[in-house]
Amino acid sequence: MLAGSGRISGPSADRPWTFYALATLFGAWLLFLYGPMAVIYVLSFQGPNGGVTFPMVGTSLTWFRDIFRPEQMANLPAAFLRSIELAAVVSILTVIISVSAGLGFRRRFPGSGVLFYLAVASLVMPSLLVGFGIGLGFQVLGLPHGLFTSALGAQLTWTLPFGLFTMFAVVNRFNRTYEEAANDLGASPWQRLRYVTLPILMPGIIGIAMGAFTLSYDEYARTTLTIGTRNTLPLEIYALISSATSPTLFAIGTMTTAVSFLLIGITLAVVLRMQRKRRQLAGEQ
Amino acid sequence: MDARFDVELVSVTKRYANATAVDDVSLRIPRASYCCLLGPSGCGKTTTLRMIAGHEAVTDGDILIRGANVTVAPPIRRGTAMMFQSYALFPHLNCLDNVAFSLKMRGIGKAERNRKAHAFLALMHMEGFAQRLPAQLSGGQQQRVALARALITQPRVLLLDEPLSALDPFLRIKVREELKRLQRELAITFIHVTHSQDEAMAMADLMVVMEDGRIRQAGPPREVFEQPTSAFVARFIGGHNVLSGDRGPIAVRADRCRLGTPGDGPHLSGRVAAVEYQGGVVRVALAIDDGDEISALVPDATFYRAPLEPGDPATFVWSEQDVHVLQSA
Repeated sequence: MLAGSGRISGPSADRPWTFYALATLFGAWLLFLYGPMAVIYVLSFQGPNGGVTFPMVGTSLTWFRDIFRPEQMANLPAAFLRSIELAAVVSILTVIISVSAGLGFRRRFPGSGVLFYLAVASLVMPSLLVGFGIGLGFQVLGLPHGLFTSALGAQLTWTLPFGLFTMFAVVNRFNRTYEEAANDLGASPWQRLRYVTLPILMPGIIGIAMGAFTLSYDEYARTTLTIGTRNTLPLEIYALISSATSPTLFAIGTMTTAVSFLLIGITLAVVLRMQRKRRQLAGEQ
Repeated sequence: MDARFDVELVSVTKRYANATAVDDVSLRIPRASYCCLLGPSGCGKTTTLRMIAGHEAVTDGDILIRGANVTVAPPIRRGTAMMFQSYALFPHLNCLDNVAFSLKMRGIGKAERNRKAHAFLALMHMEGFAQRLPAQLSGGQQQRVALARALITQPRVLLLDEPLSALDPFLRIKVREELKRLQRELAITFIHVTHSQDEAMAMADLMVVMEDGRIRQAGPPREVFEQPTSAFVARFIGGHNVLSGDRGPIAVRADRCRLGTPGDGPHLSGRVAAVEYQGGVVRVALAIDDGDEISALVPDATFYRAPLEPGDPATFVWSEQDVHVLQSA
């Protein structure tokens, strides 16, 4: 008799009903997540005579061209550049500060607990209030709001705790014996950091840089009250959404998503290249 | 300044906030010896090793290496090199760069340091693995690279923290032979931390038995085995029955106990608790009346002439000169 053989022939045989229930749930979730976005991407290619809803009246790139037409939305490319610049600075500062802090926090020191809670408190505080406080503070002190002053500070209150938390997780997995081995082999503290600690932590550090970059790139609540007169991309888009009602909005959505994916793609490519290089080094000669 | 010794510990103490890990330890390790620090976990042997290495600050006392006081010197100035229990090879560097690391830190040029690193890899028979990453090596291979990386600093004293614990039993015996040979060829001192008395007896010129942060006995393995000073040492190194004699505790080696009948000489009777066949000998465990268990190692031929089963009554006899009197605790 071969009655039992079907059960062990492969995973496809006889799945419990829960499998199908959960698979359906997961499918619904994916649809919920990506459905609206897909609609936006499709509609951004709406024909010149179409509107903001289906049906599509032909296809065109009209609405993408609209973005760059000076009289309409001249600010968008400029706002995009500002966003990228700010995100890059935020990312670099977040990496420098949270990596140093994460390494410092490995050792208990007087006040380390208090310092830790102070650092993470801004994660809990309502973001709008943080932005408002910083904006008000600059006003009281008579300082002008600006991209690399008040807005930078406001964004750092958001990215630094995030970076610190990530760094805790990274450092937790780091085996301190590597540092002892470096000492044993005569490395100075700087050499130890440069040649042992940082290279081993590098994947985590790249993660922090990427995370801080994306957090900054689409930050809204804190930035809106501290930015001054020249908007970042999310602020600019928000302003457009409240005024414009054309498929241009969808085109903007498609463009910004494409940029995000491009950034992720570039980062991945860089990381993969680093890995391949390392493996090549390991393989040659 | 006494150059007869590679390492001298003078009343070395390590205290933590609420515990003393190493308590007033003094030890002199002669030139080019293989020294094993032996003891149960928590006895302070690893802390002692780490203090010699300079990875742990000394609370009190002095550490001398070839006569120079290195108590507060950084690791590299001590002339020591450590092989860590997990080997601690840098995962992002290939074997060659791992071995060349200390030379790079000293600012030695690439060609020169690679040439030397290749030589030390060759010494450990690992020249074919120069470009591999540590993760691509087996445990035994990683250990060889770790040894090469430690030896390239040309240490006067090599410190090994449980070097064999990560290896499988067959490899362990092979590697301990190699370590011993390497020590003899290099003619430097090895200090080897272990909790295995087999390992210590097989390898050590100087065997140091520790308990509770103190040295209980230090000497050549044969001396320690034949004349254990205390009940703890006798029990820990194994092969001894610790009994109470007229003048305090005594030790009788298990291989000197014979199966026999109660007579005039020293003897103990009881019931057989366990029989273990060990090849050339059979270990017979005897539960005696006061609840203790003692064992005898009986040659297999003798045992199987009149085999015993657990539960059988039996008597162990030994001669008076096999009684070794221990210090009363």
